[in-house]
Amino acid sequence: MKSSRRRFLKLAGIAALGIGSRPVLDAAFAAGGGGAAPEAKVRRQPEALTAKQWAMVIDTRRFESAADMEPLIEACHAIHNVPHFENKRHEIKWIWETEYQHAFPGKENDYLPYEVKERQYLVLCNHCENPPCVRACPTKATFKNENGIVIMDFHRCIGCRFCMAACPFGARSFNFRDPRPFIAETNKKFPTRAKGVVEKCNFCAERLAEGKMPACVEASDGALVFGDLYDPQSEVRQVLTENYTIRRKQELGTSPAVYYIV
Amino acid sequence: MPTNNKKIYDKGMVVIGLALFVVLVTFPFWYNLGKAAPAPEVVLTERAKAAKECVRETAYMKAEHMQLLDVWRDTVVRDAKRTYVNPEGKAYMMSLSNTCLDCHENKADFCDKCHDYASVRPYCWDCHIDNPKETE
Repeated sequence: MKSSRRRFLKLAGIAALGIGSRPVLDAAFAAGGGGAAPEAKVRRQPEALTAKQWAMVIDTRRFESAADMEPLIEACHAIHNVPHFENKRHEIKWIWETEYQHAFPGKENDYLPYEVKERQYLVLCNHCENPPCVRACPTKATFKNENGIVIMDFHRCIGCRFCMAACPFGARSFNFRDPRPFIAETNKKFPTRAKGVVEKCNFCAERLAEGKMPACVEASDGALVFGDLYDPQSEVRQVLTENYTIRRKQELGTSPAVYYIV
Repeated sequence: MPTNNKKIYDKGMVVIGLALFVVLVTFPFWYNLGKAAPAPEVVLTERAKAAKECVRETAYMKAEHMQLLDVWRDTVVRDAKRTYVNPEGKAYMMSLSNTCLDCHENKADFCDKCHDYASVRPYCWDCHIDNPKETE
């Protein structure tokens, strides 16, 4: 067969048309056919509480002594299977109390009011808006979720403890030992942790998903207020506009989401 | 030049040695001959039997439950989505301890038997509590 330039161009044109029409025809058949099997889907529970950035305000005037905070700490540690170690070096804590100079270093002016200086302060993970622990994590085991919670994916944690070094608040604890024998009463609804992972407060992400407030807030009888920092109508915002609040180590620029009324 | 002499030195010892080697190397095969453990039968609890269908059909669950659970854990932890809607439109909470083991509360008979047989050691149970109803 003799091939000419004319013949070659004709064939090339037809081929180009064929290739070009393929995606169009595919789309047309897919839309018209509708024979594809239904796929499984995932979704959020309808009752789930969501926010752009969850935040907490702690009215420290309501906690006169460590005994007032005990029920809140107990509520949190019981539902999250937080172990209790006698050895301080193995200690695991999600929420705990501390003195003024440790909660707010750099703010210890001389001649502070006695009750402010001597009061115990409730501290927990600040769920910073600019969390240094998230940047330090080499496996993205800790990350900021869509609700602004700094959360741990324990499945991915390799136990390097970079996040613990990065956190300026000491909010993270490392499981040096298998925690299971040290849990007084296991909550069967919530997993424990394994040896070799870091853990911390999760702002009760599992309770918010069911439409419940965090355990400490629920146990606080109004001393802790929880809500969306970016919702002008939220209770947190109301409390923030009505009260003078401070945050821990604000000068570091991590932008903590836990506020304190002192 | 000497002729090519194909004599094996210490022939007796070499043959015995070779035979011994073959016997030793194949020992596990003939020792276990005919003793293969039968494939384990999955034991269903009354509740699982009554429910008839798992979150997906049985064949899918048998072959793909590990992928399913992997997707579940990522979706729950990382995307904060906790509800799974199967192709039939039925919704389930994505939770190993609270959904799977709620029906299959016989972990030893349901999970471990096959995992032991297949020699897989999933580390789910290092953290996830194996049976929510154990002490109730």
